[in-house]
This record gives sequence, structure tokens and C-alpha cells, in this order.
Amino acid sequence: MASLGELERAVMDLLWAGHEAATANTLRDKLATSTEAKGDAAGHEGKELAVTTVLTVLSRLEKKGLVERERGTRPHRYQAVSSREEHTAELMHEVLGSAPDREAVLAQFIGSVTESEAETLRKLLGHV
Amino acid sequence: MFWTSYLLAVLAIVLAWPVPIFLSRARWPARSPFTAMLLWQAIALAGGLSMIGAMLVYGLEPVGDNLIAGLRALAGMVLFNAPTTALGFWHLFALSAAALLTAHLVFTLLLTYYKIERQRRRHRELLALLASPSAEGAGTVVINHDSPVAYCLPGGARSVTVLSDGLMAALEPAELRAVLSHENAHLNQRHHLLLWAFAAWRQALPWLPTTRLAQESVNSLIEMLADDVALKTESRATLIKAIAIVASGSAGGGAFRPAAQAGLALDGLEAAAGVTGSDAARTTASRVSRLLSPQPELTPTARATVQVGCVLLLALPTALLIVPGLLG
Repeated sequence: MASLGELERAVMDLLWAGHEAATANTLRDKLATSTEAKGDAAGHEGKELAVTTVLTVLSRLEKKGLVERERGTRPHRYQAVSSREEHTAELMHEVLGSAPDREAVLAQFIGSVTESEAETLRKLLGHV
Repeated sequence: MFWTSYLLAVLAIVLAWPVPIFLSRARWPARSPFTAMLLWQAIALAGGLSMIGAMLVYGLEPVGDNLIAGLRALAGMVLFNAPTTALGFWHLFALSAAALLTAHLVFTLLLTYYKIERQRRRHRELLALLASPSAEGAGTVVINHDSPVAYCLPGGARSVTVLSDGLMAALEPAELRAVLSHENAHLNQRHHLLLWAFAAWRQALPWLPTTRLAQESVNSLIEMLADDVALKTESRATLIKAIAIVASGSAGGGAFRPAAQAGLALDGLEAAAGVTGSDAARTTASRVSRLLSPQPELTPTARATVQVGCVLLLALPTALLIVPGLLG
């Protein structure tokens, strides 16, 4: 059985790929299919994925602010809050942006430089 | 014990203003970044200690001949309602200021830690969903992005180094190894703890020149330390090229284009960084100039002298606070 972290990733991949809201049941079926496909290659995975597990994963993702559910319908339908690209952009903004704490949060190979400095460095590349 | 508080106040002022300005303009830290780092830490610790100590000693002057007797008398006032009339306004004011400053420093340190940890946790959560494991080894992941980006996210056993697709495409294998070894040096040498402490120090006392200068210098010194580790396995030219490619790519947002004619590249870089540049740009400029025209490390004697200086710097305020009490 996959860990919760791996399941979170698999669920998000499905939601990002699907572009539309899905119920826990639908997600479970899709996950089961993909695990079976993998299972054939890597030996039998064994236990079947329970819908409650998928619901647990979804509520964890909801707490992290990555997934939202439509409350009008029953069963609840879940969808991704932002696209994969938007989340990547969010991360890169943290890395490349000028937030005051950035240097303390993560250590970047090169800090942000202005266009003119970059131009000088490009020229420098001719020397080395 | 008036002279003790006077000496501590002088020490606090010297460490808050002229010393950091001289040190931040000095050239030798680039030659021995580790020793310079020790000195900055000693300045910050001794500065804080003498600042608080000066106020404490002055505040306690009427009730005790030395710090220990004074603290005992103060405890009597706080815990057993002994009369406080001996203190008077200015002494009470100094005592309150010492207590507030101590609380402020500790609180800011903890708050900064909490903020940094929260941002890192969020970042790590997103990475777990977005990044894929890299062929470069455990603890290294690749994120799907065109800009050449490399950074590490410290977090004990969960520390992770992140590379972008753009970086992998732009760099030769040797250059990539230099980048990875630079980032691993940050993690192995626990640079995030230094960054945390100096970020909190600046956050707590932003109007004090020493805190800004110290943070900027420490930011650039850790990059030099990490560069030195990378130089142990990769050549100087490889590292410079990696820095130039990553820096030009992250600003231009596109693929790097080698320029046909190159002028006096380094002077241009330093001038640009000096006039318009951010802290990060100045750091990049000093890193590159250090790599282009390597200076010999400080002599062992010079390094030892600075290190003894660090010890004395810490010993001086400590001795001023404690020794009068021990002598009786």
C-alpha cells in the first residue's frame, strides 16, 4: 500500500489532469486502475484502496489549501484550488522574488540580479 | 560599579556602530570567510550582551556593589516586596529597558524561527506534490520550470536540494556538480542557523547599523564558504561559468547567449552592483570577483589573532559583569 504522501501526490495528479471536480469514489476507481497497471510491473500490491483512505487524503489536501470541495452536492465533489503551473509559479516566486525572509528560508545558488548585471555576467562568459 | 556600566555602554556603542562599518568595508573577509564569520558572531553576541549588561548594571547600582549582590536585592524587591525606593526613576527605567530588550530579542528569535519554519513547511508540501526525484541522488529533486534555478531547503533529515529543468538543460555535468556541491555545503555547514540568527537580530533592531551590515556580510560569507567547498572538487572556471549561466538566466528569463565582445567584465559588474544593485547582486559581484582574482588565504598568524580577538570580545563583557561580584 502506498504511503499517504504518495497518495496525496497521485490524487493531485488526477485532479490536475482531470480539470474538473471528482468524487472520492471516482478518484478511488482511477487510483485503483493506475495502481493495478503499476502492480503488474512491480509485483502485486495486495490490498485494495478504500474510499475512506481517499477521503482522508482529500481532507489532508483540503487542510493544506490545495483542494476544495463543492458542498452543494452529495457525495462531495473535489477539485484542485490552483493548477499545477500556478503552484509551480508560486514556488518560483518564493525563490526568485524579493521577500525579506527569503534568504533565511532557503539558500539559493544565485540571488536575484538585475538585467544589467546579468548582461555583464553574459559578457564574462566569453572570458572564461 | 558605575565604571562597569560605563565600560559596557562604550563597548556596546563601539560594537553597534564603528566596528561593523569597518569590518563590512574590509577586504580580508573574502580571503578567510570562516574567520570573518566567527568575528561577526562574536560582535553580535558581545554587542547584545554589553547592551543589556550596561543597562542592568546601571539599574542595579543603588542596591548592590556588584551584579550578583544587585540581582539578589532586586529579587528581594520582586519576590518579597522589599522597598523599591532606593532605585529611583532612572534606575528603574534602565532595569525595565534591560528586561524589555532581553524579552524582545528572545521573542523575535522565536517568532522568526516560527515564520521561517512555516514557510519551509508550506514549500516542502508543494515540492512533495510538484517535484520529481532527481538522478543526482537522494535529497535532490527536479522541478518543472524553465529558469535555471538551484536552491536548498534546510530541514534536518528532510533537507532537500531543488534543481529546475532549465538548470539541468543549461549546465554541463561538471557545472551541475559544482552547483550541487555548493548547495550541499550550505546544508552540511548548517548555514541556515546563521541566517536565522542574523535575520532575527536585524528584525529585532532594524535601526542599528550593525544588524543590517552583519546580515549582509553573513549572507555573502556563507556563499563564499560554499564556493570554497565546490572548488575542492570542481575547477574555478567551472564554478564561475555555472554562476554566470545561472545568474544571467534567472534575470533574462531565457536561454543564455554568449556575447561576442566582452569588455572589462568584472568592473562593469561591480559598478552595476554598487550603483543599482540589491544585496544579492553585491553578493554575486563579490563572489565572482573573488573567484576571478583569487587572493591567498590569511596567514595562520593573522587568523589566530582574529580568533583570539573573538574570544576576548566575548570574554570582556562577561568579565565586566561577573568578575566584580566574584572579587566581592
